[in-house]
Amino acid sequence: MDRMPAWADAILVPLISLLLAALLSALVILAIGENPVEAFRLMVDGALMRSTGWGYTLYYATNFIFTGLAVSVAFHARLFNIGGEGQATLGGLGVALVCLYLPWPHWTLALLGASLGAALFGALWALIPAWLQAKRGSHIVITTIMFNFIAAAFLNYLLVNLMKPAGQMDPATEIFPAATHLPTFQDMFATEASPLFRGAPGNVTFFLALLACVAVWLLIWRTRLGYEIRALGHSESAARYAGISPVRIIVITMLISGALAGLMGVNTAMGEAERLVLNATEGAGFIGIAVALMGRNHPFGVFLAAILFGFLYQGGAELALWTSIPRELIVVIQALVILFTGALDNMVRMPLERVFAARRRRARRTPAE
Amino acid sequence: MTDSAPAIELKGISKAFGPVQANRDISIRVMPGTIHGIIGENGAGKSTLMSILYGFYAADAGEIFVKGRRTEIPDSQAAIAAGIGMVFQHFKLVQNFTVLENVILGAEDGALLKPSLAKARGVLKRLAEEYELHVDPDTQVQHLSVGHQQRVEILKALYRQADILILDEPTGVLTPAEADHLFRILDNLRAEGKTIILITHKLREIMEITDTVSVMRRGEMTATVKTAETSPEQLAELMVGRKVLLRVDKAPARPAATLLEVENLHLVDAQGVERLRGISFGLRAGEVLGIAGVAGNGQSELLEVLGGYAEATGTVRVNGREIPLSGAGCDGMARRAAGIGHVPEDRQREGLIMPYTAWENSVFGYHRDPRYQKGALMDQAAIREDAAGKMERFDVRPPNPNLAARNFSGGNQQKIVLAREIERNPDVLLVGQPTRGVDIGAIEFIHKQIVALRDAGKAILLVSVELDEIFALSDRIAVMFDGRIMGIREAAETDQRELGLLMAGITEDPGGDAIAAIDAAMAEKERREASHG
Amino acid sequence: MDFATLLQVLDSTVRLATPLLLACLAGLFSERSGIFDIGLEGKMLVAAFFSAAIAAATGSVWLGLLAGIAASLVLSGIHGLASITFRGNQLISGVAINFLAAGLSVLIAQDWFGQGGRTPSLVGGGRWDNITLPLAETLSGVPVIGPIYAELISGHSILVYVAFLMVPLTWWILFRTRFGLRLRAVGEAPEAVDTAGVSVVGLRYAAVGICGLLCGLAGSYLATGLQAGFVKDMTAGRGYIALAALIFAKWRPWHALGACLLFGLLQAVALRYQNIDLGGLTIPVQVMDALPYILTVVILAGFVGKAIPPRAGGEPYVKER
Repeated sequence: MDRMPAWADAILVPLISLLLAALLSALVILAIGENPVEAFRLMVDGALMRSTGWGYTLYYATNFIFTGLAVSVAFHARLFNIGGEGQATLGGLGVALVCLYLPWPHWTLALLGASLGAALFGALWALIPAWLQAKRGSHIVITTIMFNFIAAAFLNYLLVNLMKPAGQMDPATEIFPAATHLPTFQDMFATEASPLFRGAPGNVTFFLALLACVAVWLLIWRTRLGYEIRALGHSESAARYAGISPVRIIVITMLISGALAGLMGVNTAMGEAERLVLNATEGAGFIGIAVALMGRNHPFGVFLAAILFGFLYQGGAELALWTSIPRELIVVIQALVILFTGALDNMVRMPLERVFAARRRRARRTPAE
Repeated sequence: MTDSAPAIELKGISKAFGPVQANRDISIRVMPGTIHGIIGENGAGKSTLMSILYGFYAADAGEIFVKGRRTEIPDSQAAIAAGIGMVFQHFKLVQNFTVLENVILGAEDGALLKPSLAKARGVLKRLAEEYELHVDPDTQVQHLSVGHQQRVEILKALYRQADILILDEPTGVLTPAEADHLFRILDNLRAEGKTIILITHKLREIMEITDTVSVMRRGEMTATVKTAETSPEQLAELMVGRKVLLRVDKAPARPAATLLEVENLHLVDAQGVERLRGISFGLRAGEVLGIAGVAGNGQSELLEVLGGYAEATGTVRVNGREIPLSGAGCDGMARRAAGIGHVPEDRQREGLIMPYTAWENSVFGYHRDPRYQKGALMDQAAIREDAAGKMERFDVRPPNPNLAARNFSGGNQQKIVLAREIERNPDVLLVGQPTRGVDIGAIEFIHKQIVALRDAGKAILLVSVELDEIFALSDRIAVMFDGRIMGIREAAETDQRELGLLMAGITEDPGGDAIAAIDAAMAEKERREASHG
Repeated sequence: MDFATLLQVLDSTVRLATPLLLACLAGLFSERSGIFDIGLEGKMLVAAFFSAAIAAATGSVWLGLLAGIAASLVLSGIHGLASITFRGNQLISGVAINFLAAGLSVLIAQDWFGQGGRTPSLVGGGRWDNITLPLAETLSGVPVIGPIYAELISGHSILVYVAFLMVPLTWWILFRTRFGLRLRAVGEAPEAVDTAGVSVVGLRYAAVGICGLLCGLAGSYLATGLQAGFVKDMTAGRGYIALAALIFAKWRPWHALGACLLFGLLQAVALRYQNIDLGGLTIPVQVMDALPYILTVVILAGFVGKAIPPRAGGEPYVKER
């Protein structure tokens, strides 16, 4: 029999891990002489109590949904795509090329075109590691890490040497044409009477991310391809027996994963900066790992975890503004979440399993006696 | 310590893994200088018991006495210190270490390797002469044949001065000739006063070499008897708890047209060793062709090639149509479309996705069939209904399609695979080790299904390492050795002796000098395998 | 390029290769025991911070070194706990450790020094002195050999010499000692080690510990040898380059030295020349930056000799029935 009910595995384990991470983070805050309760209140205040805060929270969450989905799709095929950072970088490049060098009459069409460009470039950046893993057995974790660095150097070269307008100092492209500017939450929801989301970067891409969640859910749990991806993830030998080609599935899965990570570029380059800058990803590719682990590789879980991390990011920025706690606190929290939900999973799971086993034994014994 | 003290005595050993009681109140006594057999079906708890004795698991209850003294064995270190050595079924060797390095690992004499290696070289030389345990000390283990790797394991134990040696299913991977050599070694060891515990599920081995034998069934010790005073029939009965009827009731075969033609199949594995060396046979509608042979002589590769997931050269025709053996169109799904069903040798690694539910598994390999499709998505309702029907017809218990495959017993898992493959009504069914790790009740059911399919005019290729199973089900029997078919016989016209010789690579009865002929055949096989990799 | 420039580039190569080499050998011990470690970067980073911080506070580079090693060992302990004791995913644990280090180093630096996540610049006893080898002055007049001895071989801090001596030492430990035999065995076939009565857990913790120690040295050299103090993210991917070098070297000590020198040379050239002009063809500096990673991918692809990691690498050891 299974050792633990499914709900406990899906909800209880990540929740306890999160609590542990929160507890340790509180200790860290205490150690640097701040009040954790006060810090938490500040974070909630800044991230959730005002529409502008939400505008930031959802902006970050949009990034994390994309990268979280990217990591989780790959996880289903037992591939650890640690290259979301590089794929998102290339996705941003795709967006920039589409926005700068193609004429767009309206933002809706531009969004479509940019999304295709982002997905295509992200997918292509995942293709070589995928192919090397599938055909040559090169460890995809290592190759995707390498491709992160190569992507950074590549974009650096492009921005500095080719795409930077003459006379500009900072390595970035020129501003995208106005027709490609995406409506922000402010554009969409603010009225004269209630100026909502003022100045926040959250934009229509958020809804694209929601759409991606639904699409990934359908893909993984309802289609033949998803069935095959999961089958390969559980057992390569069984997949081969069934006639599912591991090479094909690895490549397709990584293409999808890379495309999802690439889509993040729409949010950062087109939705927020309205140009392509160096290091626009700001580590979101790695946060995707935490988000996927926390969300148990399920799109709904990824959505919730992305909101949580969006909140942490925005709240962390507020903290840095009002207290002496630097933004790096969020990196620590993120590390703790990855540690507890990913690597120290068994530390939480083993005692829980024992509790459930004991309960089941008792339940069995009682009616018999 | 007196002569009358048993070398090993276990008293009241119990061990549970979760809800499964692997050992229940087990007691045995093994006298020094004897070979004691422990026999039982797969899953009877033999290996668990020996793992407890070797310190791999802690018993929940019970006591261990070594040479009359009560001994705690919390880990392997303690077992070694008590003079116990173990040869596991799956060898515990470092593949890219030399024999010498493997032997000294964990038994080094000091912080530096040089003196240890020099000493071990001398000891190995002595042991080799004393017990016929010859292995080249400087060869890397990965270049040794299975039989030689096993010798390294025995040498490891002897180097640690074990005088009690446990062997867990030592002949499972050996040819009859290699097994004979092993038994000669064991004989020598006994003669030198060593105590040996031999775990096996093969009656023949027990009768051949042991002095006393204990029988285990479902975690319990059902009897301990002197080998001289028992018979294979009695032991078999003790093992399974009732008279075994390995005879399957079946009408004479009425073979019709040839459905599967295999010509000159060759397969070279990733290490460059040729695993199939020109396999040819025909399989007719309405017959079971059994493939007998020691594990590792190409049977698995043959199934993989026919099942579409190993590439080979040669010709295979199904219903007269040639099917591709490599490249596009050579995969499991294409084979199924061509009318080949496949019950694989290892249901847990191949036949099922263990975390998938029964209904998900019920279409595994057929999941691209349009009938399970609704628009772009899979039609889960249809698949569930389909699965429930199959589970009922094949008596899968519990008949719950939403349960994950890992939660079914071995027999019921096998029924799920069988139902999936048989109900698609294939022309040709490949069946590998159909009853491995399956309880007796399910064995009968599975055997009946296979015979029924034959009687329905289908062609069945049965691969099994259990000779009894081959005899019970087959109409014709082919024997594989070293990637070749040594001969094909009518089941009614052959016997264990003839098949045994074929399994060792001997095609013509050599009369009295069987051993020499077998040794020559084996040496040739080893030379071929070792020259690669 | 004249001789003097060449010497300067090579000298810079040696300095830049040192942290790579120490981290690479650290990874070698860990991965040879079957524990993958992509957390080299993080361990170096905390070691760099703590060695700089303590050196700044006490004025003693030696105390700084001890603090750096201790910090690195703590992270090693976490990695061991996750991947050995709790049989977690070693890669994920490594990722977590890198973030933990990136966050904590800045957080604590800000709390202690309030200089935006950096330590004060180190002076005097807070940094490693360069050691002048005997006769360096005397011999410097001898053509070719003199300058090589005086400028390239002599005049580095002690950690540089430690790093280079670690290469033969590592080789000797791995292939000539009982510990090395067991270490290699546990990375290839832990079940063989276990059944031989040797503790798999103990060996792997030992290996992870050595890895922490060497990462501590690497980090300390970065912050108190190569640079004069800690700045945010100062490892700048060196942990990953070391990992790349380890794969490049196929987990062998002498090859690791070669790989680290090669990658160090690339860094030295990139640092000195920015864009390189090869008669009309300009190699941009970014190519030099990316070259270690590109080379590693090529090696991983197996087109130039296959890199096969230790067989049991990455898999937690579970006893089987």
